[in-house]
Amino acid sequence: MLLGKVSLTPALCTALRISPAFSGIQKQIGAAATQNARLYASSQAAEAVLDKQAVGTTTATKAATAKKAQSVESQSFAVNMFKGQINPSQVFPFPSVMNEEQTQFLQELVPPVSKFFEEVNDPAKNDSLEKVEDSTMESLKEMGAFGLQVPQDLGGVGLTNTQYARLVEIVGQHDLGVGITLGAHQSIGFKGILLVGSPAQKEKYLPKLATGETLAAFCLTEPASGSDAASIKTLATLSPCGKHYILNGGKIWISNGGLAEIFTVFAKMPMMDEKTGQMKDKITAFIVERSFGGVTHGPPEKKMGIKASNTAEVYFENVPVPIENVLGEVGGGFKVAMAILNNGRFGMAAALSGTMKGVITQAVDHAANRVQFGSKIHTYGAIQEKLARMTMLQYVTESMAYMISGNMDSGSKDYHIEAAISKIFASEAAWEVTDECIQVMGGMGFMKGSGVERVMRDLRIFRIFEGTNDILRLFVALNGFQDAGKHLKSLQKALKNPLGNAGLLAGEITKRAKRTAGLSTGLTLQGSVHPELSHSGNLAVKAIEHFGVTVEDMLLKHGKNILHEQFVLKRVADSAIDLYAMVVVLSRASRSLSQGHASAQHEKILCETWCIEAYDRIMKNVKDLKSSSTTQVFKNMKAISAAVVENGGIVAPHPLGF
Amino acid sequence: MSRVLVGVKRVIDYAVKIRVKPDHSGVVTDGVKHSMNPFCEIAVEEAVKLKEKKFIKEVVAVSCGPTQVTETIRTALAMGCDRGIHVEVSGKDYEAMGPLQIAKIFAALAKKEEASLVILGKQAIDDDCNQTGQMTAALLDWPQGTFASEVTIDGEKVKVVREIDGGLETIKISMPAVLTADLRLNTPRYATLPNIMKAKKKKIANMKPADLGVDMVSRVEVLRVDEPPTRLAGVKVETVDDLVAKLKANGTI
Repeated sequence: MLLGKVSLTPALCTALRISPAFSGIQKQIGAAATQNARLYASSQAAEAVLDKQAVGTTTATKAATAKKAQSVESQSFAVNMFKGQINPSQVFPFPSVMNEEQTQFLQELVPPVSKFFEEVNDPAKNDSLEKVEDSTMESLKEMGAFGLQVPQDLGGVGLTNTQYARLVEIVGQHDLGVGITLGAHQSIGFKGILLVGSPAQKEKYLPKLATGETLAAFCLTEPASGSDAASIKTLATLSPCGKHYILNGGKIWISNGGLAEIFTVFAKMPMMDEKTGQMKDKITAFIVERSFGGVTHGPPEKKMGIKASNTAEVYFENVPVPIENVLGEVGGGFKVAMAILNNGRFGMAAALSGTMKGVITQAVDHAANRVQFGSKIHTYGAIQEKLARMTMLQYVTESMAYMISGNMDSGSKDYHIEAAISKIFASEAAWEVTDECIQVMGGMGFMKGSGVERVMRDLRIFRIFEGTNDILRLFVALNGFQDAGKHLKSLQKALKNPLGNAGLLAGEITKRAKRTAGLSTGLTLQGSVHPELSHSGNLAVKAIEHFGVTVEDMLLKHGKNILHEQFVLKRVADSAIDLYAMVVVLSRASRSLSQGHASAQHEKILCETWCIEAYDRIMKNVKDLKSSSTTQVFKNMKAISAAVVENGGIVAPHPLGF
Repeated sequence: MSRVLVGVKRVIDYAVKIRVKPDHSGVVTDGVKHSMNPFCEIAVEEAVKLKEKKFIKEVVAVSCGPTQVTETIRTALAMGCDRGIHVEVSGKDYEAMGPLQIAKIFAALAKKEEASLVILGKQAIDDDCNQTGQMTAALLDWPQGTFASEVTIDGEKVKVVREIDGGLETIKISMPAVLTADLRLNTPRYATLPNIMKAKKKKIANMKPADLGVDMVSRVEVLRVDEPPTRLAGVKVETVDDLVAKLKANGTI
């Protein structure tokens, strides 16, 4: 315990591993972040998050201080783990958010929806027709499937996020093409109206959207703007009369583009920036009706998968959009886009956990019956490992989906990192699981008749759309760094007034000294994790500690340039994903053990196995980030890439010389 | 010409693999998926159709059993029935409950509710008794149209096309009457989510068999339940002569 005078000595700075010049770094990160926001703005979330730090350095500090109260109090587990801290409030115990009425209602909804997808919807037919059969569309509309989250008084089913997740899981299990048709409509197509629409807009549009009388589409992507969404060129200019915006531009790869009547369109508008006095392009979101005139679309795109979902180019030619149809604030379109995508992300994890359930059942059925070399193939280790991995991946995904939907239903607004993590994890897990299912089934898996190849083709897009997994990894890492950076900054401020912050400083020094000595810093999950899982809980705690240290190290080493170190960012993100996954299954398995579920011991094994392997992966990433040979590897990769780009392809001459 | 009573039974779902309890007293029902008996679904559908065609004013769904059967009644409400009646039977009475007890309950209810028609499924897929409809009609002394594959209301009479072993038989019976639904009568509608929501507001009345003056004592005692014997492998023979020889050898002919 430090007593007496604490002065800002170089020794102290070293002990706290903070450069005296650190204050500059935080501001620099803020400024550079904004300059480079364009780089990572697909997850439009990144831009808006970086936007929080605003333009210019002084505003960065002001915004940081203003938001300090908010962000320092973040309850998000992911945000805190980047600081090497544990905030268990959102992850332990596993959320159970439905009251009796909601549970009963959901239990009544599941059988008819399942029955419909088992008996009526024909995914193979939808795939070969490259559209959802008309009769199926009609039945889905009658069923109310197009307005699941629209409030009941506006004609929808009024489901909570958790209830929605459960139903979307059924759709995901049977037909992802239908899933995207429904999702493009309600998860993103008109979600903006639900989230930020005015009462008048909601009353006008939601009833017909809820019954499926009109379909919706989300229009952001352009030929030159995919991940770099901030660079969109579709233009909205105020008409001379001041009553309309005139919309001009073209969007590509719009799901439901050929079917929709209502479009959420993002366009840029030149606006006066109050602070600089200069004109700046800001994005605004609009509700555009096809009936406004000037809206046309191209033919359905031919795709690898989700063929039943309509994907088309949409063109806007001098479309008059009434000023009442601005969605959210003028110039606030980016935040709207972020809110929409964030809000819908959990749905993907839920749907994909259903998809995995379905293919695992097929793989198990095959493995349990197929005899080769005299035994059922599920008795062989190679197959056992596949089935086990598939099961764990599904368990993690499902746990993430319902943890996030539970957090959202409890009112949390701070879930964007977790949502991004769940999207990355679910899309990659589903791909791996389905691929292994085909492998288990052998030749049968490759044949159209089994239906698994269709699922594989349908799944590929999930790693690409709604924020490519590569961009989302950068987002997770950068977001985490920003919060960790703020923490370091507040420490740095404390250093300026050591007497007034003796406690904080003393705590930090003790913590770091312990870390250096290899001792536990007192971080614990005891009390949250079930005693039978305490070993795995300890692995998670150790991983968080090492992860927190690594994050700090990277910040101190690279400073503002961390933005450019994508090799580093990817590995930090991968570790964050593994960490969140560990904690999520610890929570779920703990609950099963506490509640004495019949499956509790099985879940315990799933959890323990996952944690052992995730811990190893995290520690490897941590080690790599410290190692000089990995730094060399990054440099080499950069050089290899430069060479093949310059050569337009493979550089090394053919071994045969020609 | 106003009211129809429809019986709905909660049974183990048709897709579930049935397992016999270790003590052979019955089949495992705990934690097993249950749903509405498929023939009862067809009965509900027919009743709702009659209401849509304006032949009747009100459809009342009835089920007998413990609390869980209210799920089944709610499914019927979601399909279009107007209100429900839950006759509470639990414990030993529920386990011993059979067609005679149900028929007595339905007969009492039919009189109480002044029903013009009682429509039931022809049989339940768990016990396959195929008796309840017939017993109900007998207790009420009402005409019965069983194994119906087509039902047409004609004034005060009902024309019923029945599926029988020899083909189809068409009869005309006076109302009030008891009908039982066969497979080809109709294709039940899927409950839509908005209808499930609306069903939440519909009423389900509770009552006990004693309220209807029905005694639940069973005259049947189940001694033992076993799985069917595993099917033994057959033997392939090359010619008809071989077949005859084998059949003679094992005493079949």
